[in-house]
Amino acid sequence: MRNTFINKLTELAAIHKNVWLIAGDLGYSVLDGFAERYPTRFVNAGVAEQNMTGLAAGLAMEGAKPFTYSIANFPTFRCLEQIRNDVCYHNLDVRVVSVGAGLSYGTHGYTHYGIEDIAIMRPLPNMAILCPADPKEAVRCAEISLAHTGPMYIRLGKNGEPDMHHAQCSFTLGEPLELLRGTDATILSTGSIGYTGLQAAQSLRASGWDVGFISLPTLRPLNVGRLHTLLGSCRRLFTLEEHVEAGGLFSLICEISQREELGYRITPLCVPHDLPCLGNQGFLLQALGLDAAGIAQRISAQLT
Amino acid sequence: MNELQTEHYRALASRIRANCVRMVAKANASHIGSSLSCVDILAYLYGGWLSIQPGEPKWVERDRFLMSKGHGAAALYATLAEVGFFQKDWLESYCCNGGKLAGHATHKSAPGVELSTGALGHALPVGVGMALHAKTSGRSHKIVCLISDGECDEGSNWEAFLFAPAKKLGNLVVIIDYNKIQSYGRIDEVIPLEPLADKLRAMRWDVREVDGHDFGSIHGGLSAFDASGNVPTCIIAHTIKGKGVSFMEDSLAWHYKSPNEAQLQTALDEIGER
Repeated sequence: MRNTFINKLTELAAIHKNVWLIAGDLGYSVLDGFAERYPTRFVNAGVAEQNMTGLAAGLAMEGAKPFTYSIANFPTFRCLEQIRNDVCYHNLDVRVVSVGAGLSYGTHGYTHYGIEDIAIMRPLPNMAILCPADPKEAVRCAEISLAHTGPMYIRLGKNGEPDMHHAQCSFTLGEPLELLRGTDATILSTGSIGYTGLQAAQSLRASGWDVGFISLPTLRPLNVGRLHTLLGSCRRLFTLEEHVEAGGLFSLICEISQREELGYRITPLCVPHDLPCLGNQGFLLQALGLDAAGIAQRISAQLT
Repeated sequence: MNELQTEHYRALASRIRANCVRMVAKANASHIGSSLSCVDILAYLYGGWLSIQPGEPKWVERDRFLMSKGHGAAALYATLAEVGFFQKDWLESYCCNGGKLAGHATHKSAPGVELSTGALGHALPVGVGMALHAKTSGRSHKIVCLISDGECDEGSNWEAFLFAPAKKLGNLVVIIDYNKIQSYGRIDEVIPLEPLADKLRAMRWDVREVDGHDFGSIHGGLSAFDASGNVPTCIIAHTIKGKGVSFMEDSLAWHYKSPNEAQLQTALDEIGER
C-alpha cells in the first residue's frame, strides 16, 4: 500500500507541479523514484519533525502542496503543535503521511505503533483524515489528496496489504464503500485491517449470519447520510480498526449515532495499549483476536 | 544613516511605543516589556527596510516578516497600523472583548500578520519553508523572522538553525531580540545562551551583533545582507526589556504587569508622546 501510494504520487507529481515530498530521514528505496524525478521538490528534512512540518507549512503558504513523510508517530505526535497551529489553523495544503499504521511495525515495539494517531488528528481544525485499506484505496487517496484543498492526514499500511477491492476505486472524499450488505450486523472497518475484516464477514455469512462489510477510507469528512443509507435497517455495528478505542473509528461512530439519534448498537474491535506479546503485525493481530477467525468468533459470540 | 533618516525611525518608534503602552494599559494585558524591547527593530524593518505594500498585504513579491515572539503582538499591531495595514482605531480594542486583535499575533483578523504565533519556536521553521520555496523558484524577496531569546530554548529553532545553512538559504534573516530576560527569570539563570554568536557561527550562519535600540547599528548589521547569497543571516540584537519606559526597563515583573493610569501617563511622558 505504501509503495503503491508513493508510486501514484510520483506519477501525479508530473502533472501537479506544486507537489513537494518532505521526508523525515526515512523512505530509503521507497522515495528514491520521486527524489530522482523531482530533485528540487524533494527534501530530506533530517531527523527533525518539527522543522519538517513547519517548513512544509511555509512551502504551502507559498502555493506548494507538500507531503511530509515519516513513520507512524514521528510526523504526528512529535510535531503535533506545528500541525495544529501552523498547518491546520492556517488551513494550509499540507499532507501528513504516516507510514506504518496500527501495528505495521509489530516487532519494532510500542514506540513504532501508530495506534493513537486518529484520535489526535480528528479534533484538529480543517484536517481531513484518510485511512486506505488496500492498494486500490491508496491510489484513490493519492488522487483525492491532490484534488482536495486544505490539510490532510494520510495513514498508510506498509506490509504488502492484499487488494480488498477487485476494481479500481473511484470514491469521493468521505464516501463509505459497501462490499457486503447484511441485516444481522455490519462491520465498519478503516485502514489496513480491512481485508481481514472482509474475510471474517465472509466466514460469518458462510455460517449463516447475514453480516455486511463497509470500508471507510475517509474518516473525516464522513458522508453520514450515505453511510446511513447503506446500512438500511441494520442497527448492529462492529467497528474494526488498528487503533485504540478512544478517539478512533469506534468513537466516531458512537458520536454520530448519538448526535444523529440513529440508535446504532456498536461494539468496538480495536487494539489495547497493553499488547500480550511481541510479534509481527499478523502475529499480534491473531493474539488480540483480530485475525479473521478471531473477529468472526467475537462477532458470532455477540450475535448469538 | 543620516540624521534625517534616524529621526524618521525614532519618531516612528515613539509612536509605536506610545500605542503599545496605551493598548496594554487599556486591555490590562501582559507582555509590555517584550513588546517594547523589539519596537526599534520593528520600526527599522517597517520604516523602510522591508519591501511591502500595506494596501496589498498579500502582494506576491513582498518581503515576508514572521513575528515568532507572538507575545510581542502589541508592538507588531502598533507597527502595522502605523504603516497602514489597518486603521489605528483597531488598536483601541486590542486584547479586549469583541476586538479584532488578539493578545498573541493572529493572522485571521489582522492584515499584515503572516503567521499566527504565540506558541514559541514556530516561525523559524515556517520561514525556512518560505525561504526554500523562494530560492527554488528564483524569487528575490527576503524572509525575516524575529525570535525572542527565551524562545531559543525551543528545540524546533535549533532544527531550523541546522537546516537553513545546509540548504544555503541566503534569503533568510533571523533577528534575535536578546533582552536577557525570559518568562520566569534571567536568561543566564534559566538556560544561558552564551556564547550565542559563536554557536550560530559554528552552525554556518553569518552572525552580526547589533545594539537593537540604535538605528545606525541595526542598519549596519543588515547592510551586508544579500538575498541572493548562500548563507543565512542572524542578527543578535542586544536589547533592553521594557525599553523606553524607565520603570519597566530590565524588569521581569513587566513581562506580566500592566500599567495603571498614573504609570501610563508617566510612560507616555517618557516616550514623549503624551
